[in-house]
Amino acid sequence: MIKKISNIVIKQLLTVSGAITGIAILFISIFLFKEGIGFFNSPAVEKGYSLYVHASNPINELSSKEIKEIFDSEITNWKTVGGNDEAIKIFRIDEIFQKYSEEELGKDYQLLPEKLGEEIKSDKNIIAYIPQKYAPTLTKGIKVLHIKHLTLSDFFLGKEWLPTATPSPLFGVMPLFLGTLLVSILAIIFALPLGLGVAIYLSELANEKIRKLLKPIIELLSGIPSVVYGFFGLVVLSPLVQKTFHLSVGETALTGSLILAIMALPTIISVAEDAMRNTPRAMREASLALGATQWQTIYKVVIPYAKSGISAAVVLGIGRAIGETMAVLMVTGNAAVMPTSIFNSVRTIPATIAAELGEAPAGGTHYQALFLLGCVLFLITMVFSIIAEIISKKKNY
Amino acid sequence: MNKKIKQNIAFFVFRLFSLLIVGVLISILGFIAINGIQVIDWEFLTTAPKEGMTEGGIFPAIVGTFYLVVGSLIFAVPLGVMSAIYTVEYAGNGRIVRFIRMMTNNLASIPSIVFGLFGMALFVNKLGFGDSIIAGSLTLGLLTLPIIIRTSEEALKAVPESYRTGSYALGAGKLQTIRKVILPSAMPNILTGIILSVGRVSGETAPILFTVAAYFLPSLPDSIFSQAMALPYHLYVLATSGTDVEASRPIAYGTALVLIMIVLFFNLLAAFLRQRLNKKLKQH
Repeated sequence: MIKKISNIVIKQLLTVSGAITGIAILFISIFLFKEGIGFFNSPAVEKGYSLYVHASNPINELSSKEIKEIFDSEITNWKTVGGNDEAIKIFRIDEIFQKYSEEELGKDYQLLPEKLGEEIKSDKNIIAYIPQKYAPTLTKGIKVLHIKHLTLSDFFLGKEWLPTATPSPLFGVMPLFLGTLLVSILAIIFALPLGLGVAIYLSELANEKIRKLLKPIIELLSGIPSVVYGFFGLVVLSPLVQKTFHLSVGETALTGSLILAIMALPTIISVAEDAMRNTPRAMREASLALGATQWQTIYKVVIPYAKSGISAAVVLGIGRAIGETMAVLMVTGNAAVMPTSIFNSVRTIPATIAAELGEAPAGGTHYQALFLLGCVLFLITMVFSIIAEIISKKKNY
Repeated sequence: MNKKIKQNIAFFVFRLFSLLIVGVLISILGFIAINGIQVIDWEFLTTAPKEGMTEGGIFPAIVGTFYLVVGSLIFAVPLGVMSAIYTVEYAGNGRIVRFIRMMTNNLASIPSIVFGLFGMALFVNKLGFGDSIIAGSLTLGLLTLPIIIRTSEEALKAVPESYRTGSYALGAGKLQTIRKVILPSAMPNILTGIILSVGRVSGETAPILFTVAAYFLPSLPDSIFSQAMALPYHLYVLATSGTDVEASRPIAYGTALVLIMIVLFFNLLAAFLRQRLNKKLKQH
């Protein structure tokens, strides 16, 4: 009886384990997306602050980009954002302290809101950036300026990533996305010829003894932790790149892609080699019997036969490179600007998450933006792994 | 003759590439070994960092990594092995198994930083563990789950069908067969997978950045809810953001060497075990 019950219990336990691992990934994605989607409902201004304008101002709403440009003095006239043809007067809370003494503002600044209100009322072209704690009493002459929610295009097409800018941070993913793409594709360009060459050598030329020696070496290469690659890149590769190309700093997109190329090699080699070894013996021998040399056989028979496996290796390699965090974080210099040259510093999506999540307050807009980046990364790598699977399953013949 | 020359050139290039790869590995390992061996001694391995990490050792980081490895295995091994048993022995080859297999394959392709994000959101913030060993272990456990499942599945499938039928013929039930026949003969291969994931866990940095890792702790962690230092994170800190990056460079080399030795030791151990097992299987 006890035995029977325990049998049932164990069987249930096994089923539950299977179910948990099956849904783990769904769970992860739901969680990521839940946090990330919140980004689009978040205010685009730093928490605890509001913007105020004169009540007569026809502008009721501005986007975060417009606000940023106003406070950077790139937009100086209300006309540019659809208002009257008047110069914009920026007002920050510090200015009130220069105008009034501490006594005039009260011991606990209890008179501050009133004074701020007067200040805003007095100038109809003013835009004031004030902590909500000292929010001016909303009388006739003042209104709160609404800020548009961040939109999909703000996020995906925005060209500036300035998550800590005040009063209005910008979350444009474009520079990060292009940076990731540049570094990963460059890495594959370096790694592919090298990886294919080694794969051909391993599957076609090397004798069993050398194969047995080379295979573990390549496996060791994939075993080295990425932070060690990053360290190596930092102390060896980056000074080397700096010296070779006479740059002011060695932490560039090129350095990152060189390190990534080394890291992607084991994947490319092993997948491509497997594909080549699967070429039927009969096909090779038919080719050799027709008088082709071994090399002709390799590039006319083996490589075409292994085409899908090789493509899968490339896709997998890129997918791996896109998701790689630590090594890239340590050697690319992390400037979140649109990449213009391979000798400039870039920043990738995973590196951004790693560098900024620690400073972003939980639940804030910045935090949510980083989760949204995580979602993007998740989707990209997922797509790459599915493509690789489809390609490698496709039969050529 | 022309094609013969072409062949010779091509083959020469391939040999060169292969040599180049060996050269890359040797130069990375050699560079770190030569620079690291100078600082590694007994004191380095058993004392805490001193003087803003420019002197002293890495003992707390070694301890932290050990805790994280053990913690993640406690979580991932039972879950992984049990779900492998479920998919191989119980679920047959139906839609559910294909689904689970697809899901675990995809789990393996998720970048490690995404695991870090998830671990931070769920374990650190939602469940309120804070930055702690348990949050880090669970995150790392999730990361190694696919490795453990895949190797366990392969191990179970490698057990000859005749073992199962033989056991049934003697009147044993399904569970008895699994416990007394299948698991013992699959155990060495399962163990290889576990060893492999030990190597993986001890080298991962991104998942522990926001779930457990501490820049510096004056004392060793005293519960599963305390923060811990860890070797890979320690290396990252030493290399990029220590109080004096230049002065702590020797310590960074030493840390890198210790980390590499741990990771490679487990990788080699797994490779060695696998090779021996394959030989044994061939003999049968």
